[in-house]
This record gives sequence, structure tokens and C-alpha cells, in this order.
Amino acid sequence: MNYANLTKIATTALKRNKFRAILTMLGIIIGVGSVIAMLSIGESSKQSIREEMSDMGTNMIFVMPGQQRRGGVMMGNSNTKTLTLKDIEALRKEAKNITEVSPQVSTSGQAVNGNNNWPTTIYGVDAPYLDIRKYELEDGRIFTDKEIKSLAKVCIVGQTVVENVFNDNVDPIGQTIRFGGIPLKVIGVLKEKGENGMGMDQDDMILAPYTSVQRRMLAITHIQSIYASAVSEEQSDAAIEEIETILRRQHKLKEGDDDDFQVRSQAEMVEMVSSVTDMLTLLLGAVAGISLLVGGIGIMNIMFVSVTERTKEIGLRMSVGGRGFDIMMQFLIEAVMLSILGGIIGIIFGTALSYLASFALDMPFVVDTQAVGLSFLVCSVIGIFFGWYPARKAANLDPIDAVRHE
Amino acid sequence: MSKAIIKVSELRKDYHVGEMTVHALRGVDMEIYEGDFAAIMGTSGSGKSTMLNILGCLDKPTYGEYQLDGVNMGTMNKNQLAGLRNNKLGFIFQSYNLLPRTTALENVELPLFYNSKVKTKERKERAMHALEQVGLADRMDHMPNQLSGGQQQRVAIARSLVNDPVVILADEATGNLDTRTSYEIMELFQRLNDNGKTIVFVTHESDIARFMKRNIVFRDGRIQKESAVSDRFNATQLIEALPVDEDYES
Ligand SMILES: Nc1ncnc2c1ncn2[C@@H]1O[C@H](COP(=O)(O)OP(=O)(O)O)[C@@H](O)[C@H]1O
Ligand SMILES: [Mg+2]
Repeated sequence: MNYANLTKIATTALKRNKFRAILTMLGIIIGVGSVIAMLSIGESSKQSIREEMSDMGTNMIFVMPGQQRRGGVMMGNSNTKTLTLKDIEALRKEAKNITEVSPQVSTSGQAVNGNNNWPTTIYGVDAPYLDIRKYELEDGRIFTDKEIKSLAKVCIVGQTVVENVFNDNVDPIGQTIRFGGIPLKVIGVLKEKGENGMGMDQDDMILAPYTSVQRRMLAITHIQSIYASAVSEEQSDAAIEEIETILRRQHKLKEGDDDDFQVRSQAEMVEMVSSVTDMLTLLLGAVAGISLLVGGIGIMNIMFVSVTERTKEIGLRMSVGGRGFDIMMQFLIEAVMLSILGGIIGIIFGTALSYLASFALDMPFVVDTQAVGLSFLVCSVIGIFFGWYPARKAANLDPIDAVRHE
Repeated sequence: MSKAIIKVSELRKDYHVGEMTVHALRGVDMEIYEGDFAAIMGTSGSGKSTMLNILGCLDKPTYGEYQLDGVNMGTMNKNQLAGLRNNKLGFIFQSYNLLPRTTALENVELPLFYNSKVKTKERKERAMHALEQVGLADRMDHMPNQLSGGQQQRVAIARSLVNDPVVILADEATGNLDTRTSYEIMELFQRLNDNGKTIVFVTHESDIARFMKRNIVFRDGRIQKESAVSDRFNATQLIEALPVDEDYES
């Protein structure tokens, strides 16, 4: 008996019972389909988050005041006054692994222009801030050093603010916005940036010289956070270390003292988010894998029924010369064909599902080819594993008992 | 007579059912010759089927020797027995035993599927030829449920012929058929035998046994009587003699 013949026999048997074959495959289809969909969706959401985050600049490093508690819970908040403009100066002078530095102070309030009124946040920053955070100007200009030194009442506005504060067809440049009772002249408009990975509107903001926000609005001398650009993404870690060393010296911390600030890099955040999505993907994949296992048990179940039901057929095949091995291979091939066919349909189904999901969630469409290959392998193994026992049962039947079976 | 194809001696078969032992065969000596057409007769339960199953290598005797075409069966393992069934034997059952939802041609091809020496083209040709021999060439694409009982048994006969066996073993092959169809089947068997096929035919009907050359009567697991058939029926003549009103569709 050669394998071509056995395969033909198995195919005929499956064709004769199409409906049952499909029902049997359903478990595998759903199992493989959900594994593929989960892994693909996981991969694509990871990519989409990565993209979003690199939009924010992968070289970006930020420093927050406050300590990091044991166990990683962040304690920092804007009331901690450990960061100062002296720190910025020191970083600017000494740090070799960073290219640009900007302080940031912020406060929320109403932006008012004429009858229009919009709740937003104003960020007090230095000129390099735009580069660091990958903002671009659509129109107008950035603050001059002179404006910063003189606490100038000027600002740059994001698109959301433009839409809500200015009437249509009005050029915002040169207009005045009142924020916290202080009139600010608009000198620039930011390009639209859209939502970030967490769904926050990155266009709902006003930028102003940090000196103006610090003194005129908040009446503080410290700064709330520091943004910097590492020379490159690869040098992020070196930059973090450098910043830590400089700030510890600035803050006169002794050896053994905890940092009174925290330095984070965007690269680190990307890693962190990636590892979280990886874990989620793995978890979902595992759950889907269990349904694949259930599908395999379904195949075993049906193969048992099939062997019992076709005892007479088995007897007949034996009586015309089928050996136990031939019979076993017939059922084994049948089981493997069921699971592989189910697997193929499952892969198509899962891919379609992840396509729909990427479409609905506005994420890149990724086919996890590794998952596809793996599913294929797993399906064959499942077919052999769960088909083995029923097939052996068939092979061990006694020819005369089988052919007499009613 | 000529060369013995089947030779059994002191053949015994016991079945154990619970505490009880059934002696289905109690020591049978028998020979079947090349070109033979032997009926194994006897009442129900006399051991005919048990005998035929052993001859067909489907079952093993409890005791005794069996030689088929010069091969001693006692020394054969399961796979070798399967090979013998495939190469040397053709088995026909009372209830036809065709694969359901499988065409006549594919049913006839079945034994050749298990012979790796036979390639697809040859397999189809030989199956076709066997169907021609039983007069069903035009029904090759029919499923068993589209065929009459007589036609189904013809397909089964074609299946037993397809591997060109040294002996055909039939167990009550006409048991499910009406008189006319039975005679037609016997006509086919007689023709096959005339062309040189060796046939062992189990039946409990004495009129069917009269189509054969030789009768071996079993009783209680032993051979009671062995005799040549003196006034042998000719199936073709008998069919012609059947009353016309019985001449319904075959
Ligand atoms: N598988 C079996 N288990 C137990 N007893 C059996 C079995 N097969 C046959 N027998 C017994 O063996 C005897 C002969 O049976 P069998 O060869 O089928 O007779 P026949 O075909 O002549 O009617 C009967 O008494 C029957 O009950
Ligand atoms: Mg019987």
C-alpha cells in the first residue's frame, strides 16, 4: 500500500462525510483562527504603539522630580520642587550624550478669544522643545531668546486650540489669546499631530516661553520637568546615566541617597509598552491555544466514532488484504488531513479576522508568518497525536470480528 | 484429480463463550483441487462459515494444519496473512459487503489498492475487466444503493476476481437472493469455473449445491459425507426453464 493510495482512501472517506468533516474541523478552525488573529492583532498593536511612540521621538528623554518608590510606583508630581533652571544650565553645559534640553512648566486653564472659550493646557518651554518632542510649525515662528529672557507674552497654538478659539477664516498669527487673564500674542501655529498611543489629543495645547508661564502664571522658580534629546536612540542609556550623575551632583546627593528625580527615555518606554503588549499577546495566544487543544480532542472523539462506525468497512478492507498498518495509516492520514485542512481554513479565517481588526482599530495589518508556520506544524502534530489512538484501535481489530460486526 | 490447492488436516476450532467452550470444528480433513467447484453443505451451526473463514485466512484454527497453494498457514504472521488474502484469495459474503457511497468500480478496485505493485492505470483496467466478466461494465459508476441485490453480489464477485486469486471462497453467496437471481449468480460461477477458477461455495440449500461438481457435507463440526454431484444442474438451462411470470426485472 503506498501513501498516494492511502491518501486517496482518506480523501474519499472525508468527502463521503463532508458535513461531519467540517464539524470536526470547526474546533481546529476556531483554534487556529483565534491563535493567528490574537498573535497578528498583538503584533500589529505593538507596531502601532511603536510607531506612535517614535512619532513622539525615540531619542526623547524626560526628567521628573520626586523619588521612585520601591516596587516601581512613581511618586513624582509637579509639587516636588527639586528641579531648577540651574539643572538645565548644567545639563546644557556638561552632558555630552544629549543634544538639546528644554524645561517644562504647565498649567490648565481657559483660553479666551472674543466670545470663544476653550479649556486647554499651556506649556511653558524653551525653543528646542519643538525639536525634542517632534512638533513642527505650520506657520509663524518660535520664541526668540529675547522673548524668553523678557517673559514675553507670546504663544504658539496647536490645531485644536485654533479650531476652538478662533473663528473660521481668521489667521491666528497676530491675534491675542487670554489665558489665566494674561493676553498672549500668537506668533506661531503647530502642525496637526493627531492622537497619541493613549488616545490623547496632541494638538490641544498652547506653548509659551517657560519664563512667562513660570513667573506670570504660576509664580514659581522651580521647573516641573525637563525634556532632552539623546544624540541617538542607542545613546539613550548613556544619556540617562550622564543626566543622573550631573543631577545628583547638582542636588548634592550623597552616595547611598536616593535620587530625588527620575529619568526616563522614550526608548525605555517603548520597550516597556512592547513587553506589556508581548505579554498580553502571549496570554491571549495561550488562551487561543487551549481552544486548539480542544479542537484536537474533538478530532480524537470523531475519529473514535468513525472507527466504531466503520468497523465493518475495516473488516472488509482487511479481508481483501489491508494490513493493520494500512488501516492505521488510513485513519491517521484522515485525522491529519482533517486537522491540516482545518488549520488552513483557520489561518485564512484568522488572517481575515486580523485584517478586519486592523481596519476597525486603525492599526497596521500584520500577518505573523511565524504564527502561520507554527499553526501548520501544531496542526499536523495534533492530527497525529489525537488520531494515533483511534487509528491504532482500528488497526488492532481482528479481521473476522470486524467483518462480522453489525 | 489435479493438484491440491487447499489441504487441511485435523482442523479444530474452539470458541470460548464465558465458561462454555463451543467446538465449532472437531477435526476436519479436506482437500480442494485446482479447477474444483465444491459445495460445503450442512445445517445451520454445523461449522461451515467457521471452516470458510479459516480457509480465507480471516480466522486461525485452534489446532490442525492448513496449506494454501503450498504455503503452510501456521507459520504466517498477521501481515503475511493479509498479503495472502490480497494475492491468493477472493472472498464473497452473503451480505455483499460493498463500501457504501462508493462506485461499483471503486469497490472492485479495493483489493488492488492494497497491492503496491499495481499502479493506478492497471488498477482501473483490471477492475473494469472484472466488471465486464460479471456483466456490469455499464454500471461502473453506480453506487451500491443504486444496484439490485443480484447486481451488488456481482460487484462483490468482480471484487473477488480482480486480484486473480487461486481460489474463490463464497459464504451463502445466494442467501439473500430470489430464485431467479440465485440461478443467474450460479450461472456466473459455473462460467468462472468452466474458465478454470477454483471455487469453494458454502450453502445450506441442497438445490444450490447441485450446481457444483462436488458436495462436502458438514455436521457438528465434522465432515459427514463427501460426494461428486452426479446429476449436476446447468444454470443457463434452468433459467430458460423458469416460468415466464416469474421473469421480473433482474
Ligand atoms: N464468534 C463466535 N463465538 C462463539 N461461537 C461461535 C462463533 N462463531 C461461530 N460460533 C459457533 O460455532 C458453531 C458453528 O458456527 P458457524 O460456523 O457459523 O456455522 P454455520 O455457518 O454452519 O451456520 C455454532 O455453534 C456457532 O454458535
Ligand atoms: Mg454460516
